[in-house]
Amino acid sequence: MKIKVYMSFPADKVTKPVTYHLIKDFDLRINILNADVSLNKEGRLVADFEGDEANIREGLGFLEREGIRYKLFNKSIIWQEDKCVHCGACTAVCPSGALQMDKHDWSLTFDKEKCYVCELCVKACPLKVMSV
Amino acid sequence: MGYKSIEEINEKIKKGKAVVVTAEEIIDLVAEKGVSQAAREVDVITTATFGPMCSSGAFLNFGHSDPPIRMSKVWLNDVPAYAGIAAVDAYIGATELSATRGMEYGGAHVIEDLIAGRDVKLHAESYGTDCYPLREITTYINKDNINQAFMFNPRNVYQNYNAATNASDRTMYTYMGTLLPHCGNVTYTTSGQLSPLMNDPYYRTIGIGTRVFLGGAEGYVAWEGTQHNPDQKRGENGVPLAAAGTLALIGNLKEMSTEFVRAAVFEKYGVTLFIGVGIPIPALDEDVVEKASVSDSELFTDIVDKSGQMGVVGSASYQQLRSGYVELMGKKIPTAPLSSLRKAREIAQLLKKKISRGEFLLTAPVAPLPMHNKVNKLEVRRPRNED
Repeated sequence: MKIKVYMSFPADKVTKPVTYHLIKDFDLRINILNADVSLNKEGRLVADFEGDEANIREGLGFLEREGIRYKLFNKSIIWQEDKCVHCGACTAVCPSGALQMDKHDWSLTFDKEKCYVCELCVKACPLKVMSV
Repeated sequence: MGYKSIEEINEKIKKGKAVVVTAEEIIDLVAEKGVSQAAREVDVITTATFGPMCSSGAFLNFGHSDPPIRMSKVWLNDVPAYAGIAAVDAYIGATELSATRGMEYGGAHVIEDLIAGRDVKLHAESYGTDCYPLREITTYINKDNINQAFMFNPRNVYQNYNAATNASDRTMYTYMGTLLPHCGNVTYTTSGQLSPLMNDPYYRTIGIGTRVFLGGAEGYVAWEGTQHNPDQKRGENGVPLAAAGTLALIGNLKEMSTEFVRAAVFEKYGVTLFIGVGIPIPALDEDVVEKASVSDSELFTDIVDKSGQMGVVGSASYQQLRSGYVELMGKKIPTAPLSSLRKAREIAQLLKKKISRGEFLLTAPVAPLPMHNKVNKLEVRRPRNED
């Protein structure tokens, strides 16, 4: 089973090796998609959790006990490719690198795995072909 | 030295014997064979662009109702159109917003709906005259039941355009897309080495009367575009280093395609129209071919801070902009295009195919575009004729 999780750390928890515990104690495969963590500031981490359902549940329980807020991604970005003109305006705001221009034929490419559904592209797309 | 005239090129086109390449393909050809040989071999070079062009719109003539009305106020799908011309003429501007839906629908959408063949609600009001007694009308029109629908765009096909960034500490929503704070990104909007006026920097072959591909139909250069600025600083290759020349274009909207004309909304800015334009350059001589073989590494544009704090913050080549990053004030900043190079290439190839098949003939300019023009600033002042 694989889920995508958005975590936000209070400033005092930033120094805690959370991913280490998730991997070591709950046997989860963690793939960090995006991180914005610095000392004495609230941190933000987006990651895929892969493992047994029970382990994932326990891992999320661990986050709760540690006072780390999280939310699961149950939405995804829908790209109406046939209506897209491949202008690239969405790539100006995409923080995950999920939306990129192919440097060879200058088509827009969308890597769903990298996307953490921040929805910035939905507003930035001039043709309104991005939705959730 | 001249190799061929436009008449000779057109003869070859009619016989299906013209050698046509795109403004990207000519780069490799010149690198491989040299300017002189390329100029002998090639007859036509196609250029193209597909980007947001706010200064666009269409003239429409609805035909007369019975009894007739002198439409003085007109709305199309609730978007106001300008009707201060003859009785049933109107101009729908691309950026006009819907009176009921605001920024989500505007003149550009009306234009796209018309091109798609959809019915559009026409509502008009008048004060009533002896010759035009009707005071109000509501009906549905489409491109086939009205008399004329021609696009007339006062400013298209910018010869180069400044790239944009934002040095302020808040996100800016602009016609250059969403600009992230602290110079978090740079956006740019030309097709660079494929862009029409970048390949004919001194307007030798592109002038008033030039036949062009406009939104899927044949169109023409009607005039210099508004804010035409040929006096912009230029590089050694003659190409302007920032926004410079522009074209006013005209073409039959009824023959256009939504493949090449698309309504767009820039978040918190408003409505605009993406238009595809293709312009053929006749390969008359070495000078024309050399200028058209310019590549992204030799084309530069200014990067301007749209927050107004810092003005021009740097300059970059289109090769750098296309690489995905530019160096600005010691920082590596991600770049993003706003005009579609993929669509521009599609248009350049389509125009190439049309010319190769003998379906599109070239024209010499009827009159040249101005080579000098002062761009005025708007000054707030008192009238001079008031004593």
